[in-house]
Amino acid sequence: MRRLIALAAAALIGAPAAAQSSADEIAKYRAMLADGNPAELWEAKGEALWKQPRGPKNASLQQCDLGRGPGVGKGAFVGLPRWFADTQRVQDLESRLLTCMQTLQGFDAAEIAKTPFGRGEQANIETLVAWISSESRGMKFALPQAHPAERTMYEAGKRIFFYRAGPYDFACATCHSQEGKRIRLQDLPDLTTAKGAGAGFGAWPAYRVSSGELWSMQRRLNDCYRQQRFPYPGYASDATIALGVYMGVTAQGAESIAPALKR
Amino acid sequence: MTFTSRWIAGGAALLVIAAVAAGCAMAPAPDYDKVALDMIKGSFRPQGQAGLDRLQQDEAQRLCSGPTAPAPADLKRIETAELATVKPPPSGRYIGDWREGEKLAQNGRGMTWTDPAGTPAGGNCYNCHQMSKAEISFGTIGPSLYNYGKLRGVQDPADPASAPIVQYTWGKIWNAKAYSACSEMPRFGHAKVLSEQQIQDLMALLLDPKSPVNQ
Repeated sequence: MRRLIALAAAALIGAPAAAQSSADEIAKYRAMLADGNPAELWEAKGEALWKQPRGPKNASLQQCDLGRGPGVGKGAFVGLPRWFADTQRVQDLESRLLTCMQTLQGFDAAEIAKTPFGRGEQANIETLVAWISSESRGMKFALPQAHPAERTMYEAGKRIFFYRAGPYDFACATCHSQEGKRIRLQDLPDLTTAKGAGAGFGAWPAYRVSSGELWSMQRRLNDCYRQQRFPYPGYASDATIALGVYMGVTAQGAESIAPALKR
Repeated sequence: MTFTSRWIAGGAALLVIAAVAAGCAMAPAPDYDKVALDMIKGSFRPQGQAGLDRLQQDEAQRLCSGPTAPAPADLKRIETAELATVKPPPSGRYIGDWREGEKLAQNGRGMTWTDPAGTPAGGNCYNCHQMSKAEISFGTIGPSLYNYGKLRGVQDPADPASAPIVQYTWGKIWNAKAYSACSEMPRFGHAKVLSEQQIQDLMALLLDPKSPVNQ
Protein backbone atom coordinates (compact mmCIF):
# COMPACT_ATOMS: atom_id res chain seq x y z
CA MET A 1 0.00 0.00 0.00
CA ARG A 2 2.84 2.40 0.81
CA ARG A 3 4.16 1.81 -2.71
CA LEU A 4 0.80 2.74 -4.17
CA ILE A 5 0.57 5.95 -2.18
CA ALA A 6 4.08 6.93 -3.25
CA LEU A 7 3.11 6.32 -6.86
CA ALA A 8 -0.07 8.34 -6.52
CA ALA A 9 1.92 11.20 -5.06
CA ALA A 10 4.41 10.98 -7.92
CA ALA A 11 1.52 11.09 -10.39
CA LEU A 12 0.08 14.22 -8.82
CA ILE A 13 3.44 16.01 -8.84
CA GLY A 14 3.94 15.02 -12.46
CA ALA A 15 0.44 15.99 -13.55
CA PRO A 16 0.94 19.60 -14.74
CA ALA A 17 4.00 18.70 -16.81
CA ALA A 18 2.21 15.79 -18.48
CA ALA A 19 -0.87 17.86 -19.28
CA GLN A 20 1.16 20.52 -21.07
CA SER A 21 3.69 18.44 -22.96
CA SER A 22 3.38 16.59 -26.25
CA ALA A 23 1.70 13.26 -26.87
CA ASP A 24 5.13 11.61 -26.90
CA GLU A 25 5.88 12.86 -23.42
CA ILE A 26 2.52 11.59 -22.22
CA ALA A 27 3.24 8.19 -23.76
CA LYS A 28 6.62 8.09 -21.99
CA TYR A 29 5.01 9.05 -18.71
CA ARG A 30 2.34 6.40 -19.18
CA ALA A 31 5.01 3.75 -19.83
CA MET A 32 6.86 4.87 -16.71
CA LEU A 33 3.76 4.26 -14.63
CA ALA A 34 2.69 1.08 -16.44
CA ASP A 35 3.56 -1.08 -13.44
CA GLY A 36 2.06 1.33 -10.95
CA ASN A 37 -1.10 2.97 -12.25
CA PRO A 38 -2.67 4.93 -9.37
CA ALA A 39 -5.97 3.26 -10.40
CA GLU A 40 -4.71 0.40 -8.19
CA LEU A 41 -5.78 2.47 -5.19
CA TRP A 42 -9.37 2.50 -6.48
CA GLU A 43 -9.19 -1.21 -7.35
CA ALA A 44 -8.14 -2.16 -3.83
CA LYS A 45 -10.90 -0.07 -2.28
CA GLY A 46 -13.46 -1.46 -4.73
CA GLU A 47 -12.60 -5.06 -3.89
CA ALA A 48 -13.06 -4.34 -0.21
CA LEU A 49 -16.37 -2.52 -0.82
CA TRP A 50 -17.70 -5.41 -2.92
CA LYS A 51 -17.33 -7.74 0.05
CA GLN A 52 -18.42 -5.33 2.76
CA PRO A 53 -22.01 -5.53 4.14
CA ARG A 54 -23.52 -2.09 3.50
CA GLY A 55 -26.73 -0.17 2.93
CA PRO A 56 -30.16 -0.42 4.62
CA LYS A 57 -30.10 -4.21 4.19
CA ASN A 58 -26.53 -4.50 5.49
CA ALA A 59 -25.60 -6.85 2.64
CA SER A 60 -22.51 -7.19 0.45
CA LEU A 61 -22.51 -7.21 -3.36
CA GLN A 62 -21.15 -10.76 -3.45
CA GLN A 63 -24.43 -12.10 -4.86
CA CYS A 64 -24.54 -9.44 -7.62
CA ASP A 65 -24.90 -11.00 -11.09
CA LEU A 66 -22.89 -8.98 -13.62
CA GLY A 67 -23.75 -11.41 -16.41
CA ARG A 68 -21.59 -14.42 -15.55
CA GLY A 69 -23.61 -15.58 -12.58
CA PRO A 70 -23.99 -14.30 -9.01
CA GLY A 71 -20.71 -13.07 -7.59
CA VAL A 72 -18.60 -13.76 -10.69
CA GLY A 73 -16.38 -10.75 -11.41
CA LYS A 74 -13.85 -12.32 -13.74
CA GLY A 75 -14.75 -11.77 -17.40
CA ALA A 76 -17.90 -9.82 -16.57
CA PHE A 77 -16.53 -6.48 -17.74
CA VAL A 78 -15.67 -7.61 -21.30
CA GLY A 79 -19.23 -8.93 -21.76
CA LEU A 80 -20.99 -5.66 -20.87
CA PRO A 81 -23.37 -4.06 -21.74
CA ARG A 82 -25.68 -7.10 -22.09
CA TRP A 83 -29.31 -8.20 -21.64
CA PHE A 84 -30.47 -9.07 -18.11
CA ALA A 85 -33.66 -11.12 -17.77
CA ASP A 86 -34.45 -9.95 -14.21
CA THR A 87 -34.60 -6.26 -15.16
CA GLN A 88 -35.70 -6.89 -18.78
CA ARG A 89 -33.07 -4.35 -19.84
CA VAL A 90 -29.74 -4.12 -21.57
CA GLN A 91 -27.42 -2.77 -18.87
CA ASP A 92 -23.86 -1.51 -18.70
CA LEU A 93 -21.63 -2.07 -15.68
CA GLU A 94 -22.81 1.03 -13.86
CA SER A 95 -26.56 0.58 -14.43
CA ARG A 96 -26.12 -3.05 -13.34
CA LEU A 97 -24.34 -1.96 -10.16
CA LEU A 98 -27.26 0.40 -9.43
CA THR A 99 -29.62 -2.60 -9.74
CA CYS A 100 -27.51 -4.69 -7.34
CA MET A 101 -27.09 -1.84 -4.85
CA GLN A 102 -30.89 -1.40 -4.80
CA THR A 103 -32.02 -5.03 -4.75
CA LEU A 104 -29.27 -6.51 -2.55
CA GLN A 105 -28.28 -3.60 -0.32
CA GLY A 106 -31.47 -1.51 -0.28
CA PHE A 107 -29.95 1.71 -1.64
CA ASP A 108 -32.15 4.06 -3.71
CA ALA A 109 -30.81 3.65 -7.28
CA ALA A 110 -32.57 6.80 -8.55
CA GLU A 111 -30.98 8.84 -5.77
CA ILE A 112 -27.49 7.51 -6.63
CA ALA A 113 -28.10 8.26 -10.33
CA LYS A 114 -28.84 11.89 -9.40
CA THR A 115 -25.71 12.24 -7.23
CA PRO A 116 -22.88 14.24 -8.87
CA PHE A 117 -19.81 12.28 -9.99
CA GLY A 118 -17.17 11.75 -7.33
CA ARG A 119 -19.52 12.22 -4.36
CA GLY A 120 -21.24 9.85 -1.95
CA GLU A 121 -22.20 6.51 -3.48
CA GLN A 122 -20.98 7.76 -6.90
CA ALA A 123 -17.44 7.82 -5.45
CA ASN A 124 -17.98 4.24 -4.25
CA ILE A 125 -19.13 3.18 -7.73
CA GLU A 126 -15.83 4.52 -9.12
CA THR A 127 -13.93 2.10 -6.89
CA LEU A 128 -16.25 -0.79 -7.81
CA VAL A 129 -15.87 -0.24 -11.58
CA ALA A 130 -12.09 0.01 -11.14
CA TRP A 131 -11.98 -3.34 -9.38
CA ILE A 132 -14.49 -5.13 -11.62
CA SER A 133 -12.81 -3.94 -14.83
CA SER A 134 -9.38 -4.96 -13.46
CA GLU A 135 -10.73 -8.50 -13.04
CA SER A 136 -11.00 -8.69 -16.87
CA ARG A 137 -7.64 -7.07 -17.64
CA GLY A 138 -6.05 -8.72 -20.69
CA MET A 139 -9.30 -10.46 -21.70
CA LYS A 140 -10.93 -9.75 -25.05
CA PHE A 141 -14.18 -7.84 -25.52
CA ALA A 142 -16.96 -10.30 -26.37
CA LEU A 143 -20.31 -8.57 -25.94
CA PRO A 144 -23.27 -10.88 -26.53
CA GLN A 145 -25.51 -9.91 -29.46
CA ALA A 146 -27.86 -12.91 -29.45
CA HIS A 147 -30.79 -11.22 -27.73
CA PRO A 148 -32.90 -8.96 -30.01
CA ALA A 149 -32.72 -6.17 -27.41
CA GLU A 150 -28.91 -6.27 -27.59
CA ARG A 151 -29.02 -5.87 -31.37
CA THR A 152 -31.54 -3.04 -31.06
CA MET A 153 -29.23 -1.25 -28.60
CA TYR A 154 -26.32 -1.64 -31.04
CA GLU A 155 -28.34 -0.16 -33.91
CA ALA A 156 -29.70 2.68 -31.73
CA GLY A 157 -26.23 3.36 -30.31
CA LYS A 158 -24.79 3.66 -33.80
CA ARG A 159 -27.43 6.24 -34.73
CA ILE A 160 -26.89 8.17 -31.47
CA PHE A 161 -23.12 8.19 -32.17
CA PHE A 162 -23.71 10.02 -35.47
CA TYR A 163 -26.50 12.32 -34.17
CA ARG A 164 -25.50 15.94 -34.80
CA ALA A 165 -27.24 18.64 -32.80
CA GLY A 166 -26.74 21.63 -30.53
CA PRO A 167 -25.34 25.11 -31.23
CA TYR A 168 -22.02 23.67 -32.54
CA ASP A 169 -23.55 20.87 -34.72
CA PHE A 170 -21.37 18.27 -32.97
CA ALA A 171 -21.90 14.51 -32.78
CA CYS A 172 -19.67 11.87 -31.16
CA ALA A 173 -18.61 11.22 -34.76
CA THR A 174 -17.29 14.78 -35.19
CA CYS A 175 -14.18 13.92 -33.17
CA HIS A 176 -14.22 10.11 -33.26
CA SER A 177 -14.87 8.87 -36.81
CA GLN A 178 -11.53 9.53 -38.52
CA GLU A 179 -8.13 8.02 -37.85
CA GLY A 180 -5.12 10.07 -36.76
CA LYS A 181 -6.95 13.26 -35.77
CA ARG A 182 -6.46 15.28 -32.61
CA ILE A 183 -7.90 18.20 -30.61
CA ARG A 184 -4.96 20.47 -29.75
CA LEU A 185 -2.35 17.78 -28.91
CA GLN A 186 -4.82 15.18 -27.67
CA ASP A 187 -5.04 12.14 -29.97
CA LEU A 188 -8.60 11.07 -30.77
CA PRO A 189 -9.50 7.39 -31.16
CA ASP A 190 -11.59 6.51 -34.23
CA LEU A 191 -14.44 4.72 -32.45
CA THR A 192 -15.93 3.39 -35.70
CA THR A 193 -13.11 0.84 -36.17
CA ALA A 194 -12.16 -2.21 -34.07
CA LYS A 195 -8.68 -0.82 -33.41
CA GLY A 196 -9.88 2.64 -32.39
CA ALA A 197 -12.81 1.40 -30.32
CA GLY A 198 -10.48 -1.07 -28.59
CA ALA A 199 -8.10 1.77 -27.67
CA GLY A 200 -10.89 4.23 -26.78
CA PHE A 201 -13.79 2.31 -25.28
CA GLY A 202 -11.43 -0.40 -24.02
CA ALA A 203 -9.47 1.99 -21.80
CA TRP A 204 -12.28 3.23 -19.52
CA PRO A 205 -12.60 3.33 -16.54
CA ALA A 206 -9.28 5.13 -16.36
CA TYR A 207 -7.14 7.15 -13.99
CA ARG A 208 -6.89 10.71 -15.33
CA VAL A 209 -3.53 12.26 -14.57
CA SER A 210 -4.79 15.80 -15.33
CA SER A 211 -7.45 15.67 -12.62
CA GLY A 212 -6.12 12.94 -10.30
CA GLU A 213 -9.46 11.17 -10.52
CA LEU A 214 -10.70 7.80 -11.67
CA TRP A 215 -13.34 8.27 -14.34
CA SER A 216 -15.92 5.63 -15.18
CA MET A 217 -17.28 5.16 -18.72
CA GLN A 218 -20.45 7.05 -17.73
CA ARG A 219 -18.36 10.00 -16.57
CA ARG A 220 -16.29 9.91 -19.77
CA LEU A 221 -19.45 10.02 -21.90
CA ASN A 222 -20.94 12.74 -19.72
CA ASP A 223 -17.96 15.04 -20.30
CA CYS A 224 -17.99 14.30 -24.04
CA TYR A 225 -21.61 15.46 -24.18
CA ARG A 226 -20.75 18.55 -22.14
CA GLN A 227 -18.12 19.46 -24.73
CA GLN A 228 -20.58 18.66 -27.53
CA ARG A 229 -22.72 21.45 -25.99
CA PHE A 230 -25.57 18.97 -25.52
CA PRO A 231 -27.88 18.90 -22.50
CA TYR A 232 -26.98 16.54 -19.63
CA PRO A 233 -27.16 12.79 -20.32
CA GLY A 234 -28.87 10.96 -17.47
CA TYR A 235 -26.59 8.64 -15.48
CA ALA A 236 -27.05 5.09 -16.81
CA SER A 237 -29.67 6.38 -19.30
CA ASP A 238 -30.54 4.24 -22.31
CA ALA A 239 -28.72 6.52 -24.79
CA THR A 240 -25.45 6.13 -22.84
CA ILE A 241 -25.91 2.35 -22.57
CA ALA A 242 -26.68 2.12 -26.31
CA LEU A 243 -23.46 4.02 -27.04
CA GLY A 244 -21.64 1.50 -24.84
CA VAL A 245 -23.09 -1.38 -26.86
CA TYR A 246 -22.14 0.28 -30.16
CA MET A 247 -18.56 0.99 -29.03
CA GLY A 248 -18.16 -2.35 -27.25
CA VAL A 249 -19.39 -4.42 -30.19
CA THR A 250 -17.16 -2.38 -32.52
CA ALA A 251 -14.26 -3.21 -30.16
CA GLN A 252 -15.01 -6.98 -30.22
CA GLY A 253 -11.78 -8.97 -29.99
CA ALA A 254 -9.72 -6.08 -28.60
CA GLU A 255 -7.94 -6.61 -25.30
CA SER A 256 -9.24 -4.74 -22.26
CA ILE A 257 -6.59 -2.58 -20.58
CA ALA A 258 -9.00 -0.95 -18.10
CA PRO A 259 -8.53 0.71 -15.76
CA ALA A 260 -6.03 2.51 -17.99
CA LEU A 261 -3.95 5.63 -17.43
CA LYS A 262 -5.05 8.77 -19.27
CA ARG A 263 -3.79 12.30 -19.76
CA MET B 1 -28.34 4.95 -47.85
CA THR B 2 -27.71 7.10 -44.82
CA PHE B 3 -29.67 6.90 -41.59
CA THR B 4 -30.74 10.45 -42.09
CA SER B 5 -32.18 10.03 -45.54
CA ARG B 6 -34.08 7.09 -44.08
CA TRP B 7 -35.31 9.35 -41.30
CA ILE B 8 -36.46 11.78 -43.97
CA ALA B 9 -38.07 9.11 -46.10
CA GLY B 10 -39.98 8.26 -42.95
CA GLY B 11 -43.34 6.56 -43.19
CA ALA B 12 -43.15 5.61 -46.86
CA ALA B 13 -39.95 3.62 -46.47
CA LEU B 14 -41.26 1.96 -43.32
CA LEU B 15 -44.38 0.79 -45.12
CA VAL B 16 -42.17 -0.78 -47.79
CA ILE B 17 -40.00 -2.48 -45.17
CA ALA B 18 -43.06 -3.70 -43.31
CA ALA B 19 -44.64 -5.01 -46.53
CA VAL B 20 -41.46 -6.87 -47.51
CA ALA B 21 -41.16 -8.35 -44.04
CA ALA B 22 -44.81 -9.43 -44.07
CA GLY B 23 -44.32 -10.99 -47.50
CA CYS B 24 -41.47 -13.10 -46.15
CA ALA B 25 -43.58 -14.09 -43.13
CA MET B 26 -40.89 -12.71 -40.78
CA ALA B 27 -41.20 -10.42 -37.80
CA PRO B 28 -40.64 -6.86 -39.02
CA ALA B 29 -37.30 -5.37 -38.00
CA PRO B 30 -37.64 -2.70 -35.31
CA ASP B 31 -37.65 0.87 -36.59
CA TYR B 32 -34.16 1.62 -35.27
CA ASP B 33 -34.32 5.27 -36.30
CA LYS B 34 -37.39 5.81 -34.16
CA VAL B 35 -35.90 3.78 -31.30
CA ALA B 36 -32.79 5.97 -31.38
CA LEU B 37 -34.76 9.23 -31.48
CA ASP B 38 -37.02 8.13 -28.62
CA MET B 39 -33.94 7.11 -26.63
CA ILE B 40 -32.34 10.53 -27.17
CA LYS B 41 -35.58 12.25 -26.11
CA GLY B 42 -35.77 10.18 -22.92
CA SER B 43 -32.12 10.24 -21.86
CA PHE B 44 -31.17 13.91 -21.45
CA ARG B 45 -32.18 16.62 -18.98
CA PRO B 46 -31.61 20.39 -19.10
CA GLN B 47 -28.53 21.63 -17.23
CA GLY B 48 -27.34 25.23 -16.94
CA GLN B 49 -27.74 26.99 -20.26
CA ALA B 50 -27.99 23.66 -22.17
CA GLY B 51 -31.74 23.12 -22.62
CA LEU B 52 -33.49 20.18 -24.28
CA ASP B 53 -34.19 22.37 -27.33
CA ARG B 54 -30.57 21.68 -28.29
CA LEU B 55 -31.53 18.08 -29.15
CA GLN B 56 -33.85 19.32 -31.91
CA GLN B 57 -32.14 18.97 -35.29
CA ASP B 58 -32.51 21.32 -38.23
CA GLU B 59 -32.45 19.88 -41.74
CA ALA B 60 -28.67 20.23 -42.21
CA GLN B 61 -27.94 18.46 -38.92
CA ARG B 62 -30.47 15.71 -39.69
CA LEU B 63 -29.15 15.01 -43.18
CA CYS B 64 -25.53 14.99 -41.95
CA SER B 65 -26.15 12.51 -39.11
CA GLY B 66 -25.28 9.29 -40.93
CA PRO B 67 -22.04 7.32 -41.33
CA THR B 68 -21.98 8.27 -45.02
CA ALA B 69 -22.58 11.58 -46.82
CA PRO B 70 -26.09 12.48 -48.01
CA ALA B 71 -27.02 12.31 -51.71
CA PRO B 72 -25.56 15.06 -53.97
CA ALA B 73 -28.98 16.68 -54.40
CA ASP B 74 -29.36 16.94 -50.59
CA LEU B 75 -25.86 18.43 -50.26
CA LYS B 76 -26.71 21.06 -52.86
CA ARG B 77 -30.03 21.89 -51.16
CA ILE B 78 -28.34 22.31 -47.75
CA GLU B 79 -25.60 24.54 -49.17
CA THR B 80 -28.10 26.77 -51.00
CA ALA B 81 -30.25 27.17 -47.87
CA GLU B 82 -27.27 27.79 -45.58
CA LEU B 83 -25.69 30.33 -47.96
CA ALA B 84 -28.92 32.34 -47.79
CA THR B 85 -28.38 32.75 -44.00
CA VAL B 86 -25.03 34.54 -44.32
CA LYS B 87 -25.32 38.15 -43.19
CA PRO B 88 -22.56 40.55 -44.25
CA PRO B 89 -21.58 43.09 -41.55
CA PRO B 90 -24.17 45.93 -41.66
CA SER B 91 -21.31 48.39 -41.07
CA GLY B 92 -19.52 47.07 -44.17
CA ARG B 93 -16.47 46.57 -41.93
CA TYR B 94 -15.07 43.07 -42.35
CA ILE B 95 -11.69 43.39 -40.62
CA GLY B 96 -11.15 43.95 -36.90
CA ASP B 97 -8.09 43.53 -34.63
CA TRP B 98 -5.94 40.41 -35.14
CA ARG B 99 -4.69 40.63 -31.53
CA GLU B 100 -8.22 40.11 -30.26
CA GLY B 101 -8.67 37.45 -32.95
CA GLU B 102 -5.67 35.49 -31.65
CA LYS B 103 -7.15 35.52 -28.12
CA LEU B 104 -10.45 34.25 -29.50
CA ALA B 105 -8.71 31.55 -31.55
CA GLN B 106 -7.02 30.29 -28.37
CA ASN B 107 -10.26 30.31 -26.38
CA GLY B 108 -12.21 27.05 -26.48
CA ARG B 109 -14.78 27.95 -23.84
CA GLY B 110 -18.45 28.72 -24.21
CA MET B 111 -21.98 27.33 -24.36
CA THR B 112 -21.42 24.17 -22.29
CA TRP B 113 -23.62 23.50 -19.27
CA THR B 114 -20.71 24.57 -17.01
CA ASP B 115 -20.23 27.95 -18.75
CA PRO B 116 -22.30 30.74 -17.15
CA ALA B 117 -25.03 31.84 -19.59
CA GLY B 118 -24.28 35.09 -21.32
CA THR B 119 -20.47 34.90 -21.17
CA PRO B 120 -19.02 35.38 -24.68
CA ALA B 121 -17.84 32.14 -26.33
CA GLY B 122 -14.37 31.65 -27.77
CA GLY B 123 -13.63 30.73 -31.38
CA ASN B 124 -12.17 27.25 -30.67
CA CYS B 125 -9.90 27.68 -33.74
CA TYR B 126 -6.73 26.04 -32.40
CA ASN B 127 -8.72 23.02 -31.22
CA CYS B 128 -8.97 21.96 -34.89
CA HIS B 129 -6.66 24.17 -37.00
CA GLN B 130 -3.03 25.16 -37.21
CA MET B 131 -3.07 28.97 -37.26
CA SER B 132 0.25 30.66 -36.37
CA LYS B 133 3.73 29.22 -36.40
CA ALA B 134 4.33 29.99 -32.72
CA GLU B 135 1.43 27.92 -31.39
CA ILE B 136 2.39 24.25 -31.69
CA SER B 137 -0.59 22.98 -29.69
CA PHE B 138 -3.14 22.78 -32.50
CA GLY B 139 -5.68 20.19 -33.61
CA THR B 140 -5.99 18.52 -36.99
CA ILE B 141 -9.71 17.98 -37.59
CA GLY B 142 -9.72 21.05 -39.87
CA PRO B 143 -7.11 22.07 -42.48
CA SER B 144 -4.08 24.20 -41.57
CA LEU B 145 -4.85 27.90 -41.80
CA TYR B 146 -1.20 28.95 -41.46
CA ASN B 147 -0.49 31.74 -44.02
CA TYR B 148 -4.20 31.79 -44.90
CA GLY B 149 -4.21 35.36 -46.28
CA LYS B 150 -0.68 35.27 -47.69
CA LEU B 151 -1.32 32.10 -49.72
CA ARG B 152 -4.40 33.76 -51.21
CA GLY B 153 -2.44 36.86 -52.23
CA VAL B 154 -4.14 39.24 -49.77
CA GLN B 155 -1.80 42.22 -49.34
CA ASP B 156 -4.51 44.68 -48.29
CA PRO B 157 -7.88 43.31 -47.14
CA ALA B 158 -9.45 46.73 -47.88
CA ASP B 159 -8.37 46.59 -51.57
CA PRO B 160 -11.40 45.84 -53.81
CA ALA B 161 -9.27 43.10 -55.41
CA SER B 162 -9.42 41.26 -52.07
CA ALA B 163 -13.24 41.46 -51.88
CA PRO B 164 -14.03 37.93 -53.12
CA ILE B 165 -11.72 36.19 -50.61
CA VAL B 166 -12.78 38.59 -47.82
CA GLN B 167 -16.46 37.89 -48.44
CA TYR B 168 -15.93 34.13 -48.77
CA THR B 169 -13.99 34.03 -45.47
CA TRP B 170 -16.72 35.96 -43.69
CA GLY B 171 -19.30 33.53 -45.07
CA LYS B 172 -17.22 30.49 -44.05
CA ILE B 173 -16.99 31.66 -40.43
CA TRP B 174 -20.64 32.76 -40.39
CA ASN B 175 -21.93 29.47 -41.79
CA ALA B 176 -19.43 26.78 -42.84
CA LYS B 177 -22.27 24.59 -44.15
CA ALA B 178 -22.89 27.11 -46.96
CA TYR B 179 -19.75 25.84 -48.69
CA SER B 180 -19.57 22.24 -47.44
CA ALA B 181 -22.95 20.88 -46.35
CA CYS B 182 -21.71 18.46 -43.68
CA SER B 183 -18.62 20.42 -42.57
CA GLU B 184 -17.49 19.59 -39.01
CA MET B 185 -17.13 23.33 -38.32
CA PRO B 186 -19.76 25.12 -36.22
CA ARG B 187 -21.88 27.83 -37.88
CA PHE B 188 -20.46 30.60 -35.70
CA GLY B 189 -22.57 33.50 -37.01
CA HIS B 190 -25.73 31.62 -37.93
CA ALA B 191 -25.88 29.78 -34.57
CA LYS B 192 -25.09 33.04 -32.68
CA VAL B 193 -21.96 31.55 -31.11
CA LEU B 194 -19.84 34.61 -32.02
CA SER B 195 -20.79 38.29 -32.37
CA GLU B 196 -20.17 40.44 -35.45
CA GLN B 197 -17.24 42.11 -33.63
CA GLN B 198 -15.69 38.74 -32.75
CA ILE B 199 -15.96 37.55 -36.35
CA GLN B 200 -14.30 40.79 -37.53
CA ASP B 201 -11.40 40.07 -35.17
CA LEU B 202 -11.05 36.49 -36.46
CA MET B 203 -11.16 37.85 -40.01
CA ALA B 204 -8.19 40.09 -39.13
CA LEU B 205 -6.31 37.11 -37.69
CA LEU B 206 -6.74 35.28 -41.01
CA LEU B 207 -6.36 38.13 -43.49
CA ASP B 208 -4.34 41.01 -41.96
CA PRO B 209 -0.78 40.86 -43.39
CA LYS B 210 0.51 41.78 -39.91
CA SER B 211 -1.26 38.87 -38.20
CA PRO B 212 0.91 35.98 -36.90
CA VAL B 213 -1.07 33.72 -39.24
CA ASN B 214 0.55 35.44 -42.24
CA GLN B 215 4.15 35.56 -40.98
